[in-house]
Amino acid sequence: MHRFDEMHLEANAGLRAHYQNYADWLSRQQAESMQAHRIEAEMIFRKVGITFAVYGEKDEDGSGTERLIPFDLIPRIIPAHEWHSLQRGLIQRVTALNKFLHDVYHDQEILKAGVIPTEQVTNNSQFRPEMMGVNVPSDIYSHISGIDIVRAPNAQGEGEYYVLEDNLRVPSGVSYMLEDRKMMMRLFPELFRSYSVAPVAHYPDLLLETLRNASPQDVEQPTVVVLTPGMFNSAYFEHAFLAQQMGLELVEGQDLFVKDAYVYMRTTRGPKRIDVIYRRVDDDFLDPSVFLANSTLGCSGLMEAYKAGHVAVCNAIGTGVADDKSIYPFVPKMIEFYLGEKPILNNVPTYTCRNADDLKYTLANLPDLVVKQVHGAGGYGMLVGPASTQAEIAAFREALLANPSNYVAQPTLSLSTCPTYVESGVAPRHIDLRPFVLSGKTVQMVPGGLTRVALKEGSLVVNSSQGGGTKDTWVLESDRS
Amino acid sequence: MLSRTADHLFWMSRYTERAENTARMLDVSYQMSLLPQSAPVAQMGWQGLLSICELLPFYKSKYNEVTAANVMRFMVSDESNPSSIISCLRSARENARAVRGSLTTELWETQNQTWLEAQRHIHAHNFLDDPAKLFEWVKFRSHLSRGVTIGTMLKDEARSFMRLGTYLERGDNTARLVDVKYKAIESDFFGEANGKDQEYDFYHWSAILRSVSAFEIYRKVYRDVIRPDRVAELLILRSDMPRSLHACMEEVVSNLSIVSDNLRSGTQHKAGKLLSELKFGQIEEIMDTGLHAFLTQYLDKVNVIGESISADFLVAS
Repeated sequence: MHRFDEMHLEANAGLRAHYQNYADWLSRQQAESMQAHRIEAEMIFRKVGITFAVYGEKDEDGSGTERLIPFDLIPRIIPAHEWHSLQRGLIQRVTALNKFLHDVYHDQEILKAGVIPTEQVTNNSQFRPEMMGVNVPSDIYSHISGIDIVRAPNAQGEGEYYVLEDNLRVPSGVSYMLEDRKMMMRLFPELFRSYSVAPVAHYPDLLLETLRNASPQDVEQPTVVVLTPGMFNSAYFEHAFLAQQMGLELVEGQDLFVKDAYVYMRTTRGPKRIDVIYRRVDDDFLDPSVFLANSTLGCSGLMEAYKAGHVAVCNAIGTGVADDKSIYPFVPKMIEFYLGEKPILNNVPTYTCRNADDLKYTLANLPDLVVKQVHGAGGYGMLVGPASTQAEIAAFREALLANPSNYVAQPTLSLSTCPTYVESGVAPRHIDLRPFVLSGKTVQMVPGGLTRVALKEGSLVVNSSQGGGTKDTWVLESDRS
Repeated sequence: MLSRTADHLFWMSRYTERAENTARMLDVSYQMSLLPQSAPVAQMGWQGLLSICELLPFYKSKYNEVTAANVMRFMVSDESNPSSIISCLRSARENARAVRGSLTTELWETQNQTWLEAQRHIHAHNFLDDPAKLFEWVKFRSHLSRGVTIGTMLKDEARSFMRLGTYLERGDNTARLVDVKYKAIESDFFGEANGKDQEYDFYHWSAILRSVSAFEIYRKVYRDVIRPDRVAELLILRSDMPRSLHACMEEVVSNLSIVSDNLRSGTQHKAGKLLSELKFGQIEEIMDTGLHAFLTQYLDKVNVIGESISADFLVAS
């Protein structure tokens, strides 16, 4: 099987050109000084409180655990031409996904045309019948999309980018992208003199612009808020961080109420009307009068105000139907259907276990496949065949047979690796990339995204809840460095 | 701003200030305990401290004896005591974390760092080996937090709610401090004045003054020997003494006028009235009616103002 490393060429043939400067610099650094930088970075992250809560884990004193996401000092570098083509592919894909969302909640042309089986959309638990016929401003549903990209060698051994997953509900991680860059510039300013790295710090500005443009009311200064489930949520740091960077109120469900189909927040000077809610709360918890009745994270009556066009919710309610793993195999067809274009980015071949043939293939090849739950997230409840014991595979087979339509399978991609600091020194570890795509008047993004790295040797799971770390992601301004 | 945000800011400041004042109160008791004195007198001192914080019954349910080491543990490192220094610092940090987006980065990092270091100072080492050092540290973290607030926060409502919390808490704490020491002195020393007692008296009063950083101020203002009624005057009525009840209430009133509008004049009215009492009050009058009675009334009024602020601004309606 081919391997692909971001820095090193195959078979000790040297370095990729865009890493040459960096590798020279790295070879001049003392091990102790790099170790000191690692410690400094960790201290700063802890002081700044860039932590995430781990669900189900408790400290000795019973309070929730706050953990740091490990930060790796070696950047992931992307040459300019690669990024340009990635960017075009991302814009194309997200544009199609938004058109798909508008379509399934209106005329359902794509279903009528038979491109996607109707029941696969309408029977999907992420499909929200409440959204049928609801018009949202500019027909944009997924304002913030996190598209997970991986790279794997093709038959010729060249690194090829694939979309692994679309995240159109409440994608997180952008705060780490921003903080990682800040940290790198603080620790190694000299590197930024020798490389022209495209800046990312303006992301909050782009996000704010996107959110303001989503306002349904024709008001000069729309009131935008960030809705968080609260400080015990694993991504609370990010919610607070983004609210602060954009100068917005960070609200919780208890701060909101609906009167006459308008949403208000309770302030020290009485109620204030809200035009746009950047929600970091899942659909199910948004409005107890429509969705989960026992939710205290949302606000009763929100859906009514939303349907009346009095408030915008970003991302829209019901986007989950487009990022579901059972819909994922159809995205290339969506691109062709809505845009009449050939997809620029590859999908990973996917076996949908609800289909008898695909199930048969999956069962026969479990040791070689990655099998995921259709609605799963965060790396929970998945099987990585080559990394599993026979007992694990047998147990998973049972679960799969009990409910085949809950699973999809993909070949185990040999994700690209990037040199990473580990206990024994520097060693290759698998990485992915999550760019954050913003859809408003135009579709835009900051160059790069969040690079996650699986710190365990051989592991392909990069999720922070499963021991993953992050790296700064450098998109070079030009191909000459 | 959000009512909930204002509430967190208000309590973040209160807890920070409370930790500082608890450190000050413990410090003065600790210094006093180093003077030659009989065991019952020493015990009385620690007991008085617990009763003024309204914690005596809770303490007795946990510890058998009132000893210096036990009281210090209870008031510094006991996490089951919500008024212990460690609990106050934890609450301050939790409130800060809930609204970290409303704080400047410097201020949030100060609060977070205080909490991270507190755990190390209080749990990892035996602070009883050198309690004065710990109290000093708590005071300085509080100074730092206040300085960073003033130096970096926008002068808006958020800052006013923080200042309200600070001064309401400080006024409350200074009143308790004066009360506890007067009570101790009345019971032990007043009445049967022999030479030694008068000498101790000096140490008592100077310790109180030092605990609110007012020893040099007293000298500067009165240029005279230390007299109990003047100590009381300084800590209650002088508007230029930064920890006096008068100074604290002035800050409360001025910050209230920033956050409040005409609809909600109830709180302002109560605070303004209390301020005038302090403004026009005379120490002779207060001593005649009884200092303890005066301070008890003051604490009741501060409590009512606190509840009123909460109802008007902080609790979602």
